[in-house]
Amino acid sequence: MAAAITRRVLPGFGLSLGFTLAYLSLIVLVPLAAVFVKTATLSLSEFWAIVSTPRVVATYRLSFGASLLAAAINVVFGVLLAWSLVRYSFPGKKLIDALVDLPFALPTAVAGISLTALYAKNGWLGQYLEPLGIKVAFTPLGVLVALVFIGLPFVVRTVQPVLEDLDVEFEEAAASLGATRWQTIYRVVIPTLLPAILTGFALAFARAVGEYGSVIFIAGNLPMVSEITPLIIITKLEQYDYVGATAVAAVMLVASFILLLLINALQAWTRRSARRIT
Amino acid sequence: MAGVALAVPGPQRARARYETNPAIRESGAVRILILTISLLFFATFLLLPLIAVFVEALRRGWAVYVAALVEPDALSAIRLTLLTAALAVPLNLIFGLAAAWAIAKFEFRGKQFLTTLIDLPFSVSPVIAGLIYVLVFGAQGWFGPWLSEHGIKIIFAVPGIILATIFVTFPFVARELIPLMQAQGTEEEEAALTLGASGWQMFWRVTLPNIKWALLYGVILCNARAMGEFGAVSVVSGHIRGLTNTMPLHVEILYNEYQFAAAFAVASLLALLALVTLALKTYIEWQVTRQTSRREGEHP
Repeated sequence: MAAAITRRVLPGFGLSLGFTLAYLSLIVLVPLAAVFVKTATLSLSEFWAIVSTPRVVATYRLSFGASLLAAAINVVFGVLLAWSLVRYSFPGKKLIDALVDLPFALPTAVAGISLTALYAKNGWLGQYLEPLGIKVAFTPLGVLVALVFIGLPFVVRTVQPVLEDLDVEFEEAAASLGATRWQTIYRVVIPTLLPAILTGFALAFARAVGEYGSVIFIAGNLPMVSEITPLIIITKLEQYDYVGATAVAAVMLVASFILLLLINALQAWTRRSARRIT
Repeated sequence: MAGVALAVPGPQRARARYETNPAIRESGAVRILILTISLLFFATFLLLPLIAVFVEALRRGWAVYVAALVEPDALSAIRLTLLTAALAVPLNLIFGLAAAWAIAKFEFRGKQFLTTLIDLPFSVSPVIAGLIYVLVFGAQGWFGPWLSEHGIKIIFAVPGIILATIFVTFPFVARELIPLMQAQGTEEEEAALTLGASGWQMFWRVTLPNIKWALLYGVILCNARAMGEFGAVSVVSGHIRGLTNTMPLHVEILYNEYQFAAAFAVASLLALLALVTLALKTYIEWQVTRQTSRREGEHP
């Protein structure tokens, strides 16, 4: 009923929805469909042969493995950072809070060359790590460092607002019932933050899997060792192997769509549990 | 998925709310440990890379720094980056307004699905964002033969760069506006119409003032990504110096030629852009918080 009235009263429904659908189709949907149309020209065995060569499989292992690890590292330090920003007061807090979003704002190529300068053999940090036998730049470890950089704000920015809205009464109740501080954190706070933590993890992971700019400078890009999946798409394109590039892209796109659905479900869960605690 | 929605930060009262409350306070040692770990992590992973850009840029002195920014290839890269943002941002702004108007103010089937589709570009790897336009407009692509017959170049030319940039910045404005306009409802617009305003009057005097901060927020994030995009643009650009090089691509070329000081000089401009973006973003969040608390003060 309300919908029917709204549709009659406010102008511009046809125009705005029509423009939205046309623009969305032209810019996003039709070009994305090209990946699947092109892939469909391959037979199943041809497709499988392309996407399962050892060199391509090695890139999946690195891209997905390093992204999982980076997202896990971001969960640990991101939650601690969000906790510090919400619960403690310290000098420079507002500045640090604003700078947490740096990886969103800093172009990835800039992050890439800067991280390489830091972790190269004679770099700011590399010169101290190298004597310890830790090589970061031009190894898979370099990929991990870049992905940690790129993913941190996702965890902090999903956990921080939930932590801010968390009513202290729950913790006070736990404490008054005799729980130690650690028990309260473990049994009350962490379970409440869990949907947000998982959402942050999934967002950081999804971003890391597709990340290109910040990784390629520090990775070294050695086939079978430090080559990420987005890079092998570019390599195939530069060899004019459009079909090969598209087949690998189709695999990545399917993985991204599954992640997108997962993230949507996690975000819905976060919203539901946020309503429960505030 | 790259940006964060305009979240109104909670009251900055950590001391009063948490630190003086004995029931929910960690011991001093634990607090210092948590603070030390998180701040060290912040300094190593975020602050140090930022500082390194500027230090490396100025390593060979001001003369080299300035020379790297005023040479013709750098200037043409700066021009192309500005042109790209000047086209991509307004187009996505108009799209964001249209999409948010349709989704927030009207009921129709498939709305949730449409909202998910709008967010789609954020979950696509930048490299694939470039690839899809090669498949459509490239020499072997759907429209490749037709385009070359008519002498139109999209891939390895400026139009491809702009298209790829539009794709990667597609959701920024829409995703800020949709939740806000949904929360605001339709009552104020309906009142304006009832009082005799025309559709455009209603939009300029009622809708726009209500969403101006979220709109600006989306535009700023959209612009930062548009000027800084690397992967997608790299696929469609062809890297022709002076012609199809944006600033991030110029940084890559200089870096691969071992002209590190020059690469970091151009990179430092992009880092400055990032800092200005963060400053504006923080300012807008501060404005929104102030207005929200003032409104709550008026209607306790």
